[in-house]
Amino acid sequence: MAKLLTAAQAGTVESSDILIMLAPAQAGTGIQVELVSPTLQQYGEHIKNLIVKTVASQGIQDAIIHANEKGALDYTIEARVKTAIQRALGERGF
Amino acid sequence: MNKERLRRTVMYAAGNNPGLIQNAAIYGADSVIFDVEDSVSVAEKDSARQLVYHALKSLKFPCEIGVRINHISTPWGYKDLEYLLPAKPDYIRLPKGESGDEIRDIDKIITKAEEECGFEPGSIKIMVSIESPKGLRNAYEIASASPRMIAIAIGGEDFAASLKTEKTRGNTITGGRELYVARSMIVFAAREAGIQAIDSVFSDMRDEETLINEVALVKELGFDGKSCVNPRQIDIIHQVFTPSDKEIDYAHRVLNVFKEALANNSGVIALDGKMIDMPMVIRAERVLAIASAAGVYQKEESI
Repeated sequence: MAKLLTAAQAGTVESSDILIMLAPAQAGTGIQVELVSPTLQQYGEHIKNLIVKTVASQGIQDAIIHANEKGALDYTIEARVKTAIQRALGERGF
Repeated sequence: MNKERLRRTVMYAAGNNPGLIQNAAIYGADSVIFDVEDSVSVAEKDSARQLVYHALKSLKFPCEIGVRINHISTPWGYKDLEYLLPAKPDYIRLPKGESGDEIRDIDKIITKAEEECGFEPGSIKIMVSIESPKGLRNAYEIASASPRMIAIAIGGEDFAASLKTEKTRGNTITGGRELYVARSMIVFAAREAGIQAIDSVFSDMRDEETLINEVALVKELGFDGKSCVNPRQIDIIHQVFTPSDKEIDYAHRVLNVFKEALANNSGVIALDGKMIDMPMVIRAERVLAIASAAGVYQKEESI
């Protein structure tokens, strides 16, 4: 289990991308996702689930996430979420 | 025969741009490179690495895909390899190669990653760009440093800058003189090592005429292909590097005459009043091999 140290973001609001803003949350509050997307009706659930799954796969149990999605494919969503988490854990990956 | 693979165009896509990454391969380039080096700012090196990793892991591409890493002397180079090799790019493109030791170092890291990930040994290749006088002096050593080496390329702008001059337009008569020796030496080194030579990017997207001249020039010097950054240049470059119908027809006739001569045991051969000897036969074979790889010629059984 890992704990987010700070708020962090990754990605952009360019077409085909997604901007992930991630902040630590109180223990026990779970992974909360707020999503803005032009395809909310069609893919909203899918995108939210993917974000939650990716966050959980990194050992994070509590987080507040705001996502602004611009037509990103799954690989981009996964990559941006992982980068945001690394940054929030204080690892820049350098 | 990986080394004989067609690489008329090697197109770059910025590694932190999902739109470019997922579309780069659809324009018909022979090879595409996802770049986590110069096109990615220092603050985004980590996100580009993640994005390219996931793209390689989850998308299918219709062409060969390489990854341009940061040089191993920078803070990011080794991490790039560590993160990206498990995603199995077709090759690693190293910028600013200067010595055989760098290549052997990277070769070892790739070998280890292949073992750990269960990839076929030797399946991940290396392409190196030469951007400095030191790299040029060691070009053959670099080109022959590892059996993974598939090509060396010249980084024109960087090379010209390291000479304290600038890259001029590659007009066949007056242009590109500052790179003339360097380009030729790259071709010599590549040929001696038995690998390909790739020319650098032509950056003015609007100037097609000079692009055509420059591609014709580098083809004449012996290059196998050219780097590019914009899909608009792909067709133009392919056109120059792909043998024309006339060239194919001539090559075909050369080989036929040669075959006849062999069958008849005749020493000297002529075609259209011109003597045909071994270098011409070899060139004709090469023309047909490229034409066949480019899909404009179907090899006949009789040749």
